[in-house]
Amino acid sequence: MTAEKDFRAEGSSNPKKVPKRVAFIKPRTAARVKKEDEEMVMTVPNLVIKEIIAFEVMVIVLALISLTFNAPLEWIANPEHTPNPAKAPWYFLGLQELLHYFPPIVAGVILPTLAVIALIVIPYFPINLKQEGLWKEHRRQTLSVLLTVVGIVSVVLLWFDVYAMLVPTLLITALMVVPYFSKKETGVVGWLGTRPLSWWIMTWFIVIVVVLTTIGILFRGPEWSWTWPWHEIY
Amino acid sequence: MKKAFEKLFRSQVWRSMFRHGLPLSNRTRAEAVFYNFFLHVHPTKVRKRSVKFTYTWGLGGLSLGLFIILVFTGGLLMLYYRPSVAQAYWDMKDLQFVVSNGRFLRNMHRWAAHAMVAIVFLHMMRVFYTGSYRPPKEFNWVIGVFLLVTTILLSYTGYLLPWDQLSFWGISVGTNMVKAVPFGLGDTISYLLLGGTMVGENALVRFYVLHCFIIPVAAVVLMAIHFWRVRKDGGV
Ligand code: HEM
Repeated sequence: MTAEKDFRAEGSSNPKKVPKRVAFIKPRTAARVKKEDEEMVMTVPNLVIKEIIAFEVMVIVLALISLTFNAPLEWIANPEHTPNPAKAPWYFLGLQELLHYFPPIVAGVILPTLAVIALIVIPYFPINLKQEGLWKEHRRQTLSVLLTVVGIVSVVLLWFDVYAMLVPTLLITALMVVPYFSKKETGVVGWLGTRPLSWWIMTWFIVIVVVLTTIGILFRGPEWSWTWPWHEIY
Repeated sequence: MKKAFEKLFRSQVWRSMFRHGLPLSNRTRAEAVFYNFFLHVHPTKVRKRSVKFTYTWGLGGLSLGLFIILVFTGGLLMLYYRPSVAQAYWDMKDLQFVVSNGRFLRNMHRWAAHAMVAIVFLHMMRVFYTGSYRPPKEFNWVIGVFLLVTTILLSYTGYLLPWDQLSFWGISVGTNMVKAVPFGLGDTISYLLLGGTMVGENALVRFYVLHCFIIPVAAVVLMAIHFWRVRKDGGV
């Protein structure tokens, strides 16, 4: 018996020369090989038509807003006359609100830097890739770690009187532990039970950002004192 | 009418610009994508799931759309605006009261800029909640975070340009925060940014150049990589 092969390995990108090919797929290749026969549609028209419509709707909405509301223009800049309160643009008011509680190096440098670094490293920590619910395994251990961390954070927040962060933190923690005590697997509680840790942390972060920014925009007046938006918005 | 269009689409001039015929067969539809400079960021076919509006909410695309509007309106604003303490504010007044449609132009630019910060943030949320930062997309997420920072910086540097009380004090509050950077770096960075110890003439020119040239170029480069990666990582 001869050991002659009835095939030959050959590399070529010319389909006329080598009509059949073998693909070697490593575990880390593109996501598209995960599901082999996902339903595909033609880009033209299916996607492009939606892009055009979305863009046009956006232009129309922006034009309507621009016809209705004028961009603010106050008096010419005057370094001698500080407005009270002096506010940064809205997307920085969360930070400015932090500045009210913490020393500038914490509020203006350390916390924003940490937030950006935390966002960057999300995909590189296996824990953030987990899709299992928080309480799937090591339930008791998870509970004690969670309560310890929240406890420490709460003490710090209490120390600096940051109720604007303390209250949302405690509320979210409460939602986190509900599925620990309740055995329900359906409805809202069941759904909460399926949320992974990364989901909770991101949701906490977004809630804090939104709460602080809203307070900064609507609830702060002269000397950064608490004011009600129905009295005056500064 | 229909005949006239058909004639146009068959004419040599039209065909020299658009090589493919009308996108009536799958072949010409595919050609419409890859013979077109602008469309060829797309593959010829896409997943049905990812085309669904409620998957992406169109937020990445709208971020780009807003950026395009901002470049367009910003370019027109540059025709009227001079970045000097003596003129900046009065140029804004002229835009409001003298230039035809100047007010509309300025409003568009202003509201699109605010919207872009919000939409990019929402896009980040959608990417997170659909878990789209997972390998192999992890680096595109990182590019995204830089795009978020870039977007905020673009908006913030533009905030100074009208040179009114809002701009001046808004920027003063922010650059005072920079001074808190430790190891003596804070004062250095703030001096570099403002071209002095206070928000003044030099700061205005620096923010103008950052806003109209340096940061937009950075944003375009980052976006180019971002879109290219979306495809290389296997599509949405
Ligand atoms: C100027 C800002 C940005 C622009 C113009 C932009 C544009 C886009 C576009 C057009 C897509 C295609 C899918 C979609 O529309 O959702 C996309 C996908 C993506 N973006 Fe962005 N983006 C920006 C900022 C960000 C930010 C801040 C992040 C995250 C921190 C991010 C992370 C991603 C990721 C990971 C994908 C792939 C998503 C997937 O495959 O499902 N991008 N981006």
